[in-house]
Amino acid sequence: MSEMQSHSAILADKPESWNRPAVMEPEGEGELMEVAMGPHHPSTHGVFRMDVALDGERVMRLRPVFGYLHRNHEKIAEGQSYLASMPYTDRLDYICPITNNWAYALAVEKLAGQEVPERAEYLRVILGELTRFQNHASSIGFLTQEMGAMGTPLMYAFREREKILDLFEELTGARMMVNYMRFGGCRVDASPGWLERTRKVVAGLAGFVDEFDRLLSTNEILMARTQGVGVLKAELAVNAGVTGPMLRASGVNYDIRKVDGYGIYNRFNFRVPLGDHGDVYDRYMIRMLEMRESIGILQQALREIPAGPVMSPTAKLRGFRPKRGEAYGRIEAPKGELGFYLISNGGPNPYRYRVRPPSLINLTVLEDMCLGVNVADVVLIFGSVDIVLGEVDR
Amino acid sequence: MKTVEEIKSAIEAAVPEAAVEIAPNPNPALPHSLRIAPECALAVAKFLRDDAELKLDYLSNVTGVDWPESLEAVYHLYSVEKKHGPVVIRMHTVNRTDQVELPSLTPVWRSAEFQEREIFDLYGIVFTGHPDLRRLLMWEGFKDHPMRRDYVEPDDFEYEPTAHDEVLKRTQTHQAMVTSEPITSSKGSEGGA
Repeated sequence: MSEMQSHSAILADKPESWNRPAVMEPEGEGELMEVAMGPHHPSTHGVFRMDVALDGERVMRLRPVFGYLHRNHEKIAEGQSYLASMPYTDRLDYICPITNNWAYALAVEKLAGQEVPERAEYLRVILGELTRFQNHASSIGFLTQEMGAMGTPLMYAFREREKILDLFEELTGARMMVNYMRFGGCRVDASPGWLERTRKVVAGLAGFVDEFDRLLSTNEILMARTQGVGVLKAELAVNAGVTGPMLRASGVNYDIRKVDGYGIYNRFNFRVPLGDHGDVYDRYMIRMLEMRESIGILQQALREIPAGPVMSPTAKLRGFRPKRGEAYGRIEAPKGELGFYLISNGGPNPYRYRVRPPSLINLTVLEDMCLGVNVADVVLIFGSVDIVLGEVDR
Repeated sequence: MKTVEEIKSAIEAAVPEAAVEIAPNPNPALPHSLRIAPECALAVAKFLRDDAELKLDYLSNVTGVDWPESLEAVYHLYSVEKKHGPVVIRMHTVNRTDQVELPSLTPVWRSAEFQEREIFDLYGIVFTGHPDLRRLLMWEGFKDHPMRRDYVEPDDFEYEPTAHDEVLKRTQTHQAMVTSEPITSSKGSEGGA
């Protein structure tokens, strides 16, 4: 953390506009070419548009355009009961529904002062880390796909993801739209057979990461395309609210699992991988290393999971009306800090329901990372942010 | 970390002209927040970010809230360096109709950039000093602010392919209304910003 010590000194020396993207001067004569990348571009992970101004191949300006998938999730949630929004949170970041459930349940539990039983906390950790694993694996798969490795790494990742989704389906009834958590616990208990099958799958994950590592980490094309590309400095990353693997790739030691220790995370022994350069390769590598740490957490949780109820006896599902007040609950979702801010006026619906979307806020620095690079690298830099449009546009 | 009361006195010591009051959380078990007068918000924000003890260098979340008399912006601050937080600061506008300006905190914390744009879009708070205040989620040319509680959905039946009974009647009145007026442009309905 030595580079973080002088943080405020760095800020003090900077002019007011230090955290704004640079203004690029074109070389030579002629007009800039304006290209709309997206919303139907295969590399934009959904419906996202970047309006890019190019001087030859160099990016001079980049404007992200949002809203193609906007359905005003927050307004809908304010018009219905607290519990009715739980299945809708699955549809925010649809790659990681479990962690969305968790963040929402955590915020409501804070608001209502609700306890969660031990076994439910363990199940949340197990499912949350499985989610993180499959998110990171697929995200690396998509990144390599954008680099031109058509299919192979992505299919390796999806092969593993499928095993995890099978476990989700067996436990919750759905592969992706799980609707699993409740305020004060989890909806259904895991059977001993399910835990046994999960142990089996987790035992195979380390072999997959080794294989993935051998396939990609020292690949010459991957290194040539990603090293030194899309560098994000630590102080800008903090100032711009970047979270998750992207922040840690810039060398900032901030993992909410460690900082807040929400749930039962302070019981587990795991490390927080940090990057040195903050480039695309570091972001790739952080995800790879976090997958290994997730396996460690999974093994500990599966060893220690106690017997007992999965719903707190004080939990109230019908007629749930938390007292007046406001609460902000946040977790370390695979993509960054996912938070829910709730204001209750004592009624059955939240007065205000706000999602803090990591995907959207991580895109704040997209232009800063892309200025001056070739247009082909924009796709890679964008892919290394790892977003899902369901969460960006809400 | 300092308590809310201590932070309040620290702000008052550092920024003497600042008007800061504690906004109690209705639920006493949950943390309280600080209400800050908009005039001095930038100075207070800089102090909170740079103060050696607080170092609230990370603005996590910006929320717009629509209250019956005013609009409010709520900021959740954390410290990455000191690993503490949250400190919640809030500002509210004079009313909901014509005096809806608040100072933008984007020059202090860049992470407010998109979030303040979103609040401008959905609530209609105008953040003065924001470097690029445009709509974020709705398209350019959209008129209203959908997250406001008095927002009325437009009378639009395009989603009803086989309208009948009540809906059919409304569709017909709607169409009669639309066709009686000269259609000037279709600008407003174009997607994208």
